[in-house]
Amino acid sequence: MGSVLAAMLPANARNAEAWLSGGVSIAAFVIVVCLYPWVADGEVVRYVIEWLPELGLNFTLRVDGFAWMFSILITGIGFLVVLYARYYMSPKDPVPRFFSFLLAFMGAMQGMVISGNIILLAIFWELTSIFSFLLIGYWHHNAAARDGARMALIITGIGGLCLLVGLIIIGYIVGSYELDYVLEAGDKIRQHDLYVPALLLILMGALTKSAQFPFHFWLPNAMAAPTPVSAYLHSATMVKAGVFLLARLWPVMSGTDEWFFIVGLAGMSTLLLGAYFAIFQQDLKGLLAYSTISHLGLITTLLSFGSPLAAVAAIFHMMNHATFKASLFMAAGIIDHEAGTRDMRKLSGLFSFIPITATLAMVASAAMAGVPLLNGFLSKEMFFAQTLEQHRASLLDGVAPYVATIASAFAVTYSVRFIHTVFFGSKPEDLPREPHEPPHWMRLPIEFLVLVCLIVGIIPGLTIGPYLHTAVVSVLGERTPEYNLAIWHGINTPLVMSVVALACGVLFYLVLRNYLARGADGPPGVRSLKGKRIFEQLLVTISWRWARWMESHFGTQRLQPQLRLVIFIAFVAGLWPFYSADLHLSPPTLTEIDPVFAAIWVIGIISALGAAYQAKYHRLAALILMGGAGLVTCITFVWFSAPDLALTQLLVEIVTTVLILLGLRWLPKRIERIDNYNTLTVRIRRYRDFLLAVACGGGMAMIAYIMMTSPLPDTIASYFLEQAYPKGGGTNVVNVILVDFRGFDTFGEITVLGIVALTIFALLRRFRPAPDSIEIPEQQRIQNAYDDASANREIGETVRDYLWVPSVIMQWMFPFIILLAAYLFLRGHDLPGGGFAAGITMAIGFLLLYIAGGTRWMEDRLHILPMLWIGFGLILAVFTGMGSWLFGFPFLTSYFHYMEIPLVGKVPIATALFFDLGVFALVVGATALILIALAHQSIRSHRTRTVEITKMEEDT
Amino acid sequence: MELILSLGIGVLVGSGVWLLFRPRTYQVIIGLALLSYAVNLFIFSMGRLTINAPPIVQAGVEIDSTTFADPVPQALVLTAIVIGFATTALFLVVLLASRGLTGTDHVDGRETER
Repeated sequence: MGSVLAAMLPANARNAEAWLSGGVSIAAFVIVVCLYPWVADGEVVRYVIEWLPELGLNFTLRVDGFAWMFSILITGIGFLVVLYARYYMSPKDPVPRFFSFLLAFMGAMQGMVISGNIILLAIFWELTSIFSFLLIGYWHHNAAARDGARMALIITGIGGLCLLVGLIIIGYIVGSYELDYVLEAGDKIRQHDLYVPALLLILMGALTKSAQFPFHFWLPNAMAAPTPVSAYLHSATMVKAGVFLLARLWPVMSGTDEWFFIVGLAGMSTLLLGAYFAIFQQDLKGLLAYSTISHLGLITTLLSFGSPLAAVAAIFHMMNHATFKASLFMAAGIIDHEAGTRDMRKLSGLFSFIPITATLAMVASAAMAGVPLLNGFLSKEMFFAQTLEQHRASLLDGVAPYVATIASAFAVTYSVRFIHTVFFGSKPEDLPREPHEPPHWMRLPIEFLVLVCLIVGIIPGLTIGPYLHTAVVSVLGERTPEYNLAIWHGINTPLVMSVVALACGVLFYLVLRNYLARGADGPPGVRSLKGKRIFEQLLVTISWRWARWMESHFGTQRLQPQLRLVIFIAFVAGLWPFYSADLHLSPPTLTEIDPVFAAIWVIGIISALGAAYQAKYHRLAALILMGGAGLVTCITFVWFSAPDLALTQLLVEIVTTVLILLGLRWLPKRIERIDNYNTLTVRIRRYRDFLLAVACGGGMAMIAYIMMTSPLPDTIASYFLEQAYPKGGGTNVVNVILVDFRGFDTFGEITVLGIVALTIFALLRRFRPAPDSIEIPEQQRIQNAYDDASANREIGETVRDYLWVPSVIMQWMFPFIILLAAYLFLRGHDLPGGGFAAGITMAIGFLLLYIAGGTRWMEDRLHILPMLWIGFGLILAVFTGMGSWLFGFPFLTSYFHYMEIPLVGKVPIATALFFDLGVFALVVGATALILIALAHQSIRSHRTRTVEITKMEEDT
Repeated sequence: MELILSLGIGVLVGSGVWLLFRPRTYQVIIGLALLSYAVNLFIFSMGRLTINAPPIVQAGVEIDSTTFADPVPQALVLTAIVIGFATTALFLVVLLASRGLTGTDHVDGRETER
């Protein structure tokens, strides 16, 4: 049945959409009906798909009687709503969206009802919140719809979150998330210490969803939705989800004082306030919305009592309410559709225009008011009977009958008002449209539902009896009480209460009639106290004022403070192990120090400090010093048996230096003004930075020393060393790890490299150099001036001849570099080398050509397409990896073999070699692309300058 | 040996961190480079320091894994070097683009008024 979601096909035709949705819902309905034989025997139909079994999460679907009853409501009323919506929605609206949301909502609701895992239930619960948001906000050009949708989402979303936490607590108490186990563990839950938090959280979810006081205010605001949505969401589904959950968990959670007081108080106040507010609404749908709230309050109150009979009444009333409220909403929709307004001050005397709809609405609202011979009467009688019984000796229990009677009288009042104002009285004036009967098919759903009301009301025992019994048994189990669905129980207190309520209700209406006809929207006394306003103010405070305050106090857009904070936190985090762990510092011994190594590092340290000192304006010096530090690093790698690292470090060092050299050209000149700032704050800041830097450096030195001198624990190194040849077919273990054991990492890494290269390329395409760096460099200007001055030279000749001999050598070196790259590549699997090193070597070859020949010369002659290299490399790597699938092994499993190649000798041919070839190609492509893109800028800026000069000449 | 290398790492970190706090983009790029040397050396040194024992095995010979340098940190550092190169290049170009767009090489894209 979850497959209802699958029907979200986009279709444009209105009829096709309606047919599709109708078909899906009727199919679901039929499936549900077919399940009845199993369910009727008290069995539970289950369907389990393992989802995350190790976390106890399964996709369990579970249909028992109660879920079955709800499924019938959801799919049945869903079908009727689809039929109704087909005629209600205007052809101008984007109908496919509507139907797909409606179907998705139906699917989510259905899923929630039949989910057999409480986490799954929470997920479906959230889905209903989201889809109801989309449905309420369907007319998103309308501000009220947007606000209403957002409010509904926020309130029910918060509730849903609380619910999830509550259900997780329940799962923790029970030890399983399966509903079956939860339902058996009632005593365990009620006696647990965490019962109260769990109860509060779950109630928060249920009460927000069912719009119980004080969270009721989202529901009237959600009336901005199209009427079919209101009819569906607010009668049978969305708001029923809350009471559904209360009833579902009723066997395990109820029966305690906390349950009774919280649920009872919420229910009774909602019952009374909802009914009271409903009387004073001027909007038809507003009236219905508040009456819905009130009826949900009634159900909640019933559930709060904790007696089995009350639960029966609650379940019964859920069904009844769904039928008559859906039909009333649809009737209101028809009135709105036909008359063009829902304002009860404008509507009157519609009976003569739409007699059939009027009759149907009258019957339905009579059911709402609890008039005998209709289904509403039956459940209301049961409600009265329950309020009379003592459940807990308390004030709340004592007032229950009175509250019930008064609220019931109010219900009569608003029902009478609804009928009387709209259908009777003088002929309507100034209506936007001339009302007439709607198409028959639009009315059919109402007719059907009203018929159900009548039949259930007259012969309850024969029609609804067995189904209700199935539902009740599934909830209550052995505690199912004896109950009697009869219209006439003899003259008893509930009947008297009903009569009093009916009489008082009519009386109220007569008294209030004139006031209502004139009156403003909203109930007297509490009109100014609007939940919506409070909610909005709260929202503004949290999401705007507090956020602004936070931003202005804790935020900064400047990079330096952010970096300082990051480094400081890292420093503190690094400091932590010194406190928590017992680390001992063995005294350093100076005897085993190799003086050469020490001397090298003296150079390294001086280089690092010098780079730090010079980086501000002596950029070239800083770059050279940085290179010095890099070389020392490189030597360290050699010293401590890491030839691969040294090789790669050296090559990368070269490329990085050239890159930065290329970039140096575009950096601005020194701003002398800033150097003269030497105020106190600046000095303090510098000292602070200095201290932090020294602290970080010292800390790192300490940690490094302690780590290096402590004995090495058992590592995975031995595994790689032992298996490198047998499994990876290479003797260079580092390379085998990279291309074989951890091939997937390497694959990700070369992808990153490719992306970086493309990003750089894209960034530089739009590069605009700053105006002050467009000039020809000073050196070239001097050279040109020299050319200009000497008679026998042309301008540019010196520049061209500059470094003539080295450039020839460099050009000759190119083939050898290619050879070196190939050599490094081929030996990589067994000896230091590999794809990375070879790729960078190759790129350095291109780089030398650039230096030797100049950018222009190079671009004229060289037709390499770096992007093709990148793509080729990546695809080759992927295909090599996928190749192992063909042989039934996981991604990137390698195969190896030695092959004799003439002249070259014995070469290891592993599939990892092809992978390495991909790495090689990508590294060449990426590096070359970056270099070419940067180098190209020097030409472009000249070109820009030429263009500008020509422009200026043209202007003058 | 360990003492010298850890001192070296410390100085590299100190210089790198100091440069990270500076306001000019070029200083930050040099700082990041120094920091990445330090981090690479640090990760590398987690395999402890071994002299004259590169992790290159002999095919078909029984292996005593304690006689070789630890290959795992080396493989990690090799990856780190290449990624470090990529980020440096990217940062350099972002630096240039930002300089071209904003007209300053301050890290915030505008000079601070002090």
